[in-house]
Amino acid sequence: MSAPTGSTPRFVPQRPPVIAAGHTSASVTDKISSVVLGGTPRWLFGAFGIAFTGFMVFLFAVTCLFAKGVGIWGINIPVGWGFAIICFVWWIGIGHAGTLISAILLLLRQSWRTSINRFAEAMTLFAVAQAGLYPILHLGRPWLFYWLLPLPNTMTLWPNFRSPLIWDVFAVSTYMTVSLMFWYVGLIPDLATLRDRTKNPIGRTIYGMMAMGWRGDSRHWHNYETSYYLLAALATPLVVSVHTVVSFDFSVGVIPGWHTTIFPPYFVAGAILSGFAMVANLAIPLRHAFGLHDFITERHLENMAKIMIVTGLIVTYGYAMELFTAWYSANQYEQYAFLNRIHGPYRFTWYGLIFCNTVCSQLFWFKRIRNSVKALFVLSLVINVGMWLERFIIVVVSLSRDFLPSSWGMYFPTKFDWMTFIGTLGFFMSLMFLFIRFLPMISIFEMRTLLPGSKTKQEAA
Amino acid sequence: MPQIFHRSANSIARVSIFGAAMFGIGALFLTLAITRSSWATRRDTVIPQPVPFSHSHHVSDIGIDCRYCHTSVESGRYAGIPPTQTCMNCHSQIWKDSPMLEPVRASFKTNTPMQWNRVHDVADFVYFNHSVHVNKGIGCVSCHGRVDRMPLMRRENTLQMEWCLACHRHPERFVRPLDQVFNMEYDAPHDGGVLAKKLVEERHVQSLTNCSTCHR
Amino acid sequence: MHDSDGREPEHDTHGHDAGVRGSQEPALAATRAPLMERELWRSLEDRGRTPAARVRVQAEILAPLAEPTSRRSFLQLMGASMALAGLGACARQPIEKIVPYVKQPEDLVPGRPLFFATALTIAGVASPVLVESHEGRPTKIEGNPEHPASLGATDRFAQADIMRLYDPDRSTVVMHLDDISTWANCTEALRVALGEQLAKRGAGLRILTPSVTSPALAAQIGAVLAQYPDAKWVQYDPDGRDAVREASRRAFGAPMSVRYDLSNADVVVTLDSDLLTSGPGNVRYARDFMRRRRIHEGESATMNRLYAVESMPTSTGSVADHRVGLAPSEIALFTAALAAELGVAGATRPSAALPDKAARWVVAVAKELAAHRGRSLVVAGDCLPVEVQVLAFAINAALGNVGPTFVVTDPIEVRPTAQHEELAALASDMQSGRVETLLVLESNPVYDAPVDLAFGDAMRRVPNCFHLGLYRDETAELCQWHVPAVHELESWGDARAYDGTLSLQQPLVEPLYDGHSSLDVLMLVAGQTGTVLDLIRSQWQVLYGGAGFEKLWRRTLHDGFASGSQFVPRGVELRADAVRDAATRLAGTSASGNEVVLRFDPNVHDGRFANNGWLQEVPKPWTKLVWDNAAIVSAAMAHELGVETGDMVELQTDGGKVEAGVWVLPGHAERCVTAHLGYGRRRGGNVAAGAGFDAYALSTTRSRWGGPVQVRKVAGHRTLVTTQEHHDMMRRNLVRRATLEEFTANPHFAHEEGPAPARDESMFKTFEYKGNAWGVAIDLGSCTGCNACVVACNSENNIAVVGRDQVRRNREMHWIRIDRYFEGDLNDPQIHHQPVMCMQCENAPCEQVCPVAATSHSPEGLNDMVYNRCVGTRYCSNNCPYKVRRFNFYGYQDVKTPVLQLMRNPDVTIRTRGVMEKCTYCVQRINHARIDAKNENRPIRDGEIVTACQQVCPTEAIVFGDINDPESKVAKMKRETRNYGVLEDLNTRPRTTYVAKLRNPNSELEAKA
Repeated sequence: MSAPTGSTPRFVPQRPPVIAAGHTSASVTDKISSVVLGGTPRWLFGAFGIAFTGFMVFLFAVTCLFAKGVGIWGINIPVGWGFAIICFVWWIGIGHAGTLISAILLLLRQSWRTSINRFAEAMTLFAVAQAGLYPILHLGRPWLFYWLLPLPNTMTLWPNFRSPLIWDVFAVSTYMTVSLMFWYVGLIPDLATLRDRTKNPIGRTIYGMMAMGWRGDSRHWHNYETSYYLLAALATPLVVSVHTVVSFDFSVGVIPGWHTTIFPPYFVAGAILSGFAMVANLAIPLRHAFGLHDFITERHLENMAKIMIVTGLIVTYGYAMELFTAWYSANQYEQYAFLNRIHGPYRFTWYGLIFCNTVCSQLFWFKRIRNSVKALFVLSLVINVGMWLERFIIVVVSLSRDFLPSSWGMYFPTKFDWMTFIGTLGFFMSLMFLFIRFLPMISIFEMRTLLPGSKTKQEAA
Repeated sequence: MPQIFHRSANSIARVSIFGAAMFGIGALFLTLAITRSSWATRRDTVIPQPVPFSHSHHVSDIGIDCRYCHTSVESGRYAGIPPTQTCMNCHSQIWKDSPMLEPVRASFKTNTPMQWNRVHDVADFVYFNHSVHVNKGIGCVSCHGRVDRMPLMRRENTLQMEWCLACHRHPERFVRPLDQVFNMEYDAPHDGGVLAKKLVEERHVQSLTNCSTCHR
Repeated sequence: MHDSDGREPEHDTHGHDAGVRGSQEPALAATRAPLMERELWRSLEDRGRTPAARVRVQAEILAPLAEPTSRRSFLQLMGASMALAGLGACARQPIEKIVPYVKQPEDLVPGRPLFFATALTIAGVASPVLVESHEGRPTKIEGNPEHPASLGATDRFAQADIMRLYDPDRSTVVMHLDDISTWANCTEALRVALGEQLAKRGAGLRILTPSVTSPALAAQIGAVLAQYPDAKWVQYDPDGRDAVREASRRAFGAPMSVRYDLSNADVVVTLDSDLLTSGPGNVRYARDFMRRRRIHEGESATMNRLYAVESMPTSTGSVADHRVGLAPSEIALFTAALAAELGVAGATRPSAALPDKAARWVVAVAKELAAHRGRSLVVAGDCLPVEVQVLAFAINAALGNVGPTFVVTDPIEVRPTAQHEELAALASDMQSGRVETLLVLESNPVYDAPVDLAFGDAMRRVPNCFHLGLYRDETAELCQWHVPAVHELESWGDARAYDGTLSLQQPLVEPLYDGHSSLDVLMLVAGQTGTVLDLIRSQWQVLYGGAGFEKLWRRTLHDGFASGSQFVPRGVELRADAVRDAATRLAGTSASGNEVVLRFDPNVHDGRFANNGWLQEVPKPWTKLVWDNAAIVSAAMAHELGVETGDMVELQTDGGKVEAGVWVLPGHAERCVTAHLGYGRRRGGNVAAGAGFDAYALSTTRSRWGGPVQVRKVAGHRTLVTTQEHHDMMRRNLVRRATLEEFTANPHFAHEEGPAPARDESMFKTFEYKGNAWGVAIDLGSCTGCNACVVACNSENNIAVVGRDQVRRNREMHWIRIDRYFEGDLNDPQIHHQPVMCMQCENAPCEQVCPVAATSHSPEGLNDMVYNRCVGTRYCSNNCPYKVRRFNFYGYQDVKTPVLQLMRNPDVTIRTRGVMEKCTYCVQRINHARIDAKNENRPIRDGEIVTACQQVCPTEAIVFGDINDPESKVAKMKRETRNYGVLEDLNTRPRTTYVAKLRNPNSELEAKA
């Protein structure tokens, strides 16, 4: 079904191509590498400046945090987890799209992925980096984070392997490592290209080192393909496993609203939903800014929209199922937990959730909305908010009213909660900008394989 | 096109990649080594004292029983550091004007306590109790070593948790008859643990390894 | 001032333990931002965003820039980052010092606490205690088991007194005007002043003391008065119990003391009296009362019955079988009506009508009382007017209760007087300049005297005022000389308990500061030399002279009291005319208009405990309010005033006016507002500062305990902090309860939800507990919610006081809390208390989720919490269904103030910032007992281990022990059919279980109610 090969011309006119007509391998290379090798556009300074300011806010918040303690956040008893864990889950979720696009779609031969997988992977890395910060920051004594690792010590103590938090440690660190390697291996050929094209001696040296002496001979290509597909195969289960494990943090607990078996699937679906929303949010501006309409075409955007429809449906099913199980369980605590989501003091978050994730994601059924870039961009933003709200509801609303009414209490974020959250957004964007400035945001050589007449991919496979 | 790198770069690359991994692992074990080192644990290091009191002299030469000075070892949490009075019991008679003992006399005269430097010091969140160990038949030597051979007091063991647990997991390896607790030379009969078994039973020696045994 | 610099702002809001001392400005600056946050939260909770809230949001967003990062914070940051850099791993312990004794005291084993018997006094009445002393520093106060007034228990005040001893705000030096001076200078000044008086036979000399029950002190005052015949000795206590004395003077012809014997009472009627949790003898009363109430299977199933008539709901009312809320004037009418109904000689039925519920009550209660002649008791609260007291006496007399339940004895005060008249006389003397030298000994009239006396202004006219007190308080401020007093744990003394038992006070520790006792000062005045001890001994020789005194003295010193010194009951003759007189006076009165009810605060009492962080932070019974007092009103009255909780009202009496935050309390009487005394201290110390309003401003000599009041809504809002927002049980069967009939009909009512899951219903292998298995059983029927256990736990386990702001953020640290639920009609609810501490679940949800195994299970079934392993993920607390875990969101413990270090229990680790903590079943006590048992090579005996909460509980509601020992008290309790575990269906298998609550209502009233 690989449209670009022209083997099934009948379908070509109906679906926009994954790469605009009239491109040659040279033009592709020029176009993409020019972003890196050309000068820095002025707007990038401004954009980066804003993002970096966000990062500074993050540093300030963290400084206060370490100086004074987690008390500066809004957390309390009963609500022991707040923004930190919400954002942790949210960022991890966003990461998923990258891996999904690059690994699964690769294995499924979805050639349209090629033009978005590179920065999607980058996004994954940076998102997971943000996510990774939170579990450490939220500790009462963060300087002892290494106690969560199975390190030999003079106390003959090991972590408690029954605890989902320990599973998290392994899941997230594995995820980080594999994504990083996958991304890097994919970069090597392009790094070589940049090495050969750059005029700047320093740049040449650095790209040279990173390219690890890639000369593009057949042995290199052979090793490349092997390792790339191997890593893809490794990464694929992670797409499912990571968020499953994250969901265990809650489903293993006894708290009504946490203690439910549906979490793994709908966490994963939610992750992919928010992930693609984020990809769309990044792809659309980039495409516009660097005039990459030829490479990131309507076809890509439409496909992403379609995936959001599906995952949106899955999470919606999740919400419905939760309510049904609560009612069907005849467990008063469970039932109250969900009534509380709808009637309680936090009900606005629940309505927001339904609007963002269910209503908005399903708007993509309409072709006009699906094909409107603006609509896609806005709705993706909304969906990201929705997914954040989902985590807020799971973490905060469930905890704020559990078993004994005597210990019920409200959670309200403090300025420091907000600063930390906004700070990680800034951190994330800063990394993103650095990436698009210094590395090819679209895989050059893979794009070449999409050109009409190119058969590399098929042979390689 | 010209080479950017010398061909040695290849090997440098390889070395640095594997080297990095090695370094990581190395650092881990180094840290562990440091935490166990006698520098960190102050094991076998002599800490200066206001008076160079010699256990070896008082115990092996003169043969004073531990409990003459450490009076509360059988009844209390602390073995008890003797009040100046205890020193003066003898040293008002013998060595009564040795310059070495001036701080002791001064303390007694001015009624200001001596200030010894702590040698065996467990962390503040550890609640160790001498009496129960002694009454269950754990000898002084088991923790403090051959004090009778120490001219100047030093810490024989690390007093780290792993060291405590080594005994708490297998107390039968260390128990001795109650009358041997304060004996420095005691060596257990090589009877394949028959005696140990008997002692464990009649003294109800337990292997307590749960947290609140020591931490509250 | 040592900590006024470089202190992290949050700490200022932590109240006492975090050492709020030095300048307050940074404190205010720092608290402001969080305050705003919370205001916003509140308004969110109320689901309406006010514009004010929006403004606050903006302020809040700008706030971080306003917060300075102090040097300390910076250092902390450095420390943290160093640790993060991994250096923590190779940290060395610093070398510590060992400082042995020069001459070791006999029978002192280092590390083993010694216990000494002594007594603490409130308003002169002794509450006997045992004090735990570690190497010479008192750390914990416990009841004296041998003493009839204690039987091993104490009230919350006695528990908290240890914190008063170590209060950093105590006055430490002699002050002359505003300059630091010396004892020598003071004595000189006193000598001069007295010299003048000697000439005029002391005509210008006045001595003001609290009520005196101490023979030694009285004798000493006598000695002084002998030298200065025209001098006057004035006794004054805000809770001087004038009405009771006056009533007994009228009714019996002499001011007698009255005490109650609840062990003989089948029916008790309290008239606005918190009999069981405050006032003299409350500890013993609670014990006797509950013993007559507790039902054990197999034994006789009889309960006593309590009717409570009260304005402000009290703890006593909360355990009553029937409660009715009446305004004070209505209570007076009720009493009159009751007397008439019972046909008490001289009683007349009041003309004014009662609310019909009360009317029904009169009939039913009278019937009940009549049926229990000699086995009933009517108790009139100290704050009720003399007439009501007289009638209450008359009723008891008529019912033949005098003797069996209503015991009249010689007065326990050495010189029972009408204190308010004396004080008024003193005030006028001072106004007219007749007073030249005034000695104020350990009392604070400027704060707590009726406002219309204008005591402060009067004092300004006295040339020589000498003040002796623990604090440099409102009175000290106006005295030329202030001398720091010694705490009762620092000095010798004696006092009588509620039943006259003569109790001895001995010093536990050398005076921390340059302090002196009243006896000291009076010896100086009398120009005597020698020691206080000699004085007391000589006085005791007078009482118990003769041979064998030395033996008796040593015995007393050991026991803490002279055995058999309890006052014997006295037969009394009731004066019919007094009754008739009182009855007619009451019959004339009517109940109309709003009334203010002034009562002592359940936490800070008359204000003497206002600077006590423990008591300030204890949630009050019924309201669960902390760090504040409020204008407490019923829902109906709030509605008619158009106010809700948090709104401000202005209360105005003939005494003056105050503005107060409103608290709407179900069960409060109509037509009246309760304002608790003891708050709004102007010079109470840094903890008391800013807490509540001064209700004494409403109290006048005529209406001492309240009277007519105008209440009007005023602008403004006060965020009243409570620890429990929700008072509805949400149809969850948490407090299981039944009436006696229901129970006899269906003994298994507590298990209608079906049995708990089977032991093997678990993923993990079931652990078999051999040897000891610790457990707790709590009798819900016995809990009065008096909070003594909470304070005891604070003291035993070094629990931090976090301060108003942190409590508002749901961050209080109490290991045991008393949950309070309302049931039924909003205006006349039933209230249920449920003490909740760590359940020590056998399948503990917390243990399984801790990533570092910082909380894990012991083979004895304890849920061990290891602070030094905890990294602070808070996952355990999230996963705790009972929410009993507490987290150190900041470094709550004040580790900088030296004097507070003395207060800590050395057997319990001080928790640092970022670690979780919770109830341990007092594991330190368990370990001590276990080690003792092991040393003696024997098993631990039942009752050998007593947890702090169990020890202090006046009603024996909490029982700890080995559930594997079938003979243990706790095992027996857990075998009761009423025994159940909360949330058992979660299969947590809690070790703390509850014995369901029983009520014994009067079917007659129940039917109609």
